[in-house]
Amino acid sequence: MSRASRQAMLADIRRACAPRRGKSGIAEVEARLAAHAPGPVPARARIEREGQIALFTAEAERVQANVVRVKRLSDVPGAVAQYLARHNIEPRLKCAPDSLLRSVPWAQHSALEVAEGKGERDDPVGVTGAFAAVAETGTLVLASGPASPTTLALVPPVHVAVVPTSRLLGTYEEAWAALRARETGPGKDFVMPRAVNWITGPSRTADIEQTLLLGAHGPQRLFIVLVDEENAQP
Amino acid sequence: MESSAGRFETNARAALATPTLQAALAKLADGFPARRLEAAERLPEFEELRDAACAIKEHVLDHLDVYLETFERRVAANGGEVHWCRDAEEARRTILDICRRVDARTVTKSKTMIGEEIAINDYLERHGIRPVETDLGEYIIQLRREPPSHIIAPAIHLSLAQVAETFRGSHADLPPERKLNEPDALLAEARAKLRPDFLAADVGITGANMLIAETGGNVLVTNEGNADLTHTLPRVHIVIASIEKIVPTLEDATVILRVLARSATGQDITVYTSFCSGPRRPGDLDGPDEYHVILLDNGRARLLEGEFRDMLRCIRCGACLNHCPVYRAVGGHAYGWVYSGPMGAVLIPALIGMHEARHLPNASTLCGRCESVCPMRIPLPRMLRAWREQLHRERRGSFLARLGFSAWASVASRPGLYHAIMAPLIRALGNLAGAGRSFRRLPFLGGWTAARDFPAPEGETFMTLWAEAERKRKPYADLRVSCEGTPTDVKGARP
Repeated sequence: MSRASRQAMLADIRRACAPRRGKSGIAEVEARLAAHAPGPVPARARIEREGQIALFTAEAERVQANVVRVKRLSDVPGAVAQYLARHNIEPRLKCAPDSLLRSVPWAQHSALEVAEGKGERDDPVGVTGAFAAVAETGTLVLASGPASPTTLALVPPVHVAVVPTSRLLGTYEEAWAALRARETGPGKDFVMPRAVNWITGPSRTADIEQTLLLGAHGPQRLFIVLVDEENAQP
Repeated sequence: MESSAGRFETNARAALATPTLQAALAKLADGFPARRLEAAERLPEFEELRDAACAIKEHVLDHLDVYLETFERRVAANGGEVHWCRDAEEARRTILDICRRVDARTVTKSKTMIGEEIAINDYLERHGIRPVETDLGEYIIQLRREPPSHIIAPAIHLSLAQVAETFRGSHADLPPERKLNEPDALLAEARAKLRPDFLAADVGITGANMLIAETGGNVLVTNEGNADLTHTLPRVHIVIASIEKIVPTLEDATVILRVLARSATGQDITVYTSFCSGPRRPGDLDGPDEYHVILLDNGRARLLEGEFRDMLRCIRCGACLNHCPVYRAVGGHAYGWVYSGPMGAVLIPALIGMHEARHLPNASTLCGRCESVCPMRIPLPRMLRAWREQLHRERRGSFLARLGFSAWASVASRPGLYHAIMAPLIRALGNLAGAGRSFRRLPFLGGWTAARDFPAPEGETFMTLWAEAERKRKPYADLRVSCEGTPTDVKGARP
């Protein structure tokens, strides 16, 4: 059934497309895919580093994320513990099995209970790194993988993201370029991770009388900890 | 989905007489357009991005066959599968086959207009599978067994009290005395109800805001996060998408994403923008084992040729609905099928046939706001006129109306005759109106004057005034007046 439909659909489409293009159809498509040229890129994010950090913070806060910047990875547990205490959230963290998060000295803070794994029903807090953070709109870019389960940023009611400032980029295009660089190698074509998630603020809905409410199905709170220390590998 | 588009006039009258709907529509008209404008003004490159987004889709439509085949190859390389479906029936059967093969009981769904188009929920239910809508608005209308009334805000027509009543009726296991008078309480209840379904679902069905040829994946945008739970938690992810959703690369998708949310809700970007590319990879701790894409034609290939081709650029943002005086008066249900507003009035006749949808192209004032806000610069008024011309050619509509149009056409295309008739008529009407300057009733114009007064012409006609001015200012006597600009020729204009 599907095979016949495939032929019929393609034949219909081809009949309509053929007169509108030259014989170079396939070559043109291949060239375009290989070039993956960016479109117009907003000027607001093409600024120097400190400006990008300020822009990221302002844009993320504009959409109700909470952002804090610390110097060292050893400052992270304190910042997280303080945030959770302030909002009366159980200090039980489910962390991504990620080298950056493993280099955070969580044990320094005895109040924090820390486990690793994917995000599950009863986890109060999911902790992730981020592949990148985009200043343009205060957006986190998460790329799924063995060290980065998608559910941690979605299932628990609180999402904490620990992001080295070195991962901060101006625009989405820069994040794509970085991902292509990471996922392409000698003899290895670019393959996307199973899921790439852009996250801009905590979950929300306005489906009831257009009233904005936070925490629809995803997290109600998003806490982003920017870390200046550079020792972690992506 | 069953259509009631043929009863547009009755539907519209009922809508105008529904106070809760009118209150909701007034709120919509205050909110979305202002937020869109603010978002557009915050981004100096917005107009340039609209042009770029259009160009991407135009390029894709010229090479659609090549892109679809490329997409299919990349999906397969990621370990997924593409299913080509010519019509709704084929798509429904393909989805059911997948669900049966994995012995699915519960299917979570993230809002998809194509899902509405093929009425997948009813079909699955009839075959013993429980579909659960997870977008809050979509969940509410599923409980009420209603179709969506807006592409991006499906429950926009309901008041808080109506939602509370629906929850009381449907969630019979909860204490009846619970308080549901705040939106927060309703959201908390829906979230608690849906959580077990998210975790128990065997299959997750989503739409696709875009398909990306380069990566063999799909893009999903939501604010709630429900799409992500839907594609991440179940064993099987089924994407249902129509053929025109394809874009070449991640960079192309990015261009379109920059105009999508801004045009829709006035957000710079939705909270969640997700790029799914196949089943889980070795070592992944979560994600589905299977990834299927249902590629649906359902009449679209036919649109590639001819005057409705531009409609295939549509990215379903809803801006044309939010800015349409007719949509804002009658809401989405009046249109009688899945889509509504100007994009619906153009698309519905193409998808379900002109006979059933014959009223919709006339459900427009041709004011042109839809085209001016459309991120993809779709010439909606031109296409509405094209449908009207087709209706006229096919001799649909009343004999009297067609006679009127023919008479009008023969007069309007002869400037001398037109002027000879209009000048005395305008003068007579102006004199007749007297002090009130408008008519409460006029012969042959009962349709107009039943709901509003007919404004009386004031003074002389433009042609008469021009001729007088010409006489006074001899040097310009040779100047010819050109009246060829169309009222919808407002590309790039802001409302």
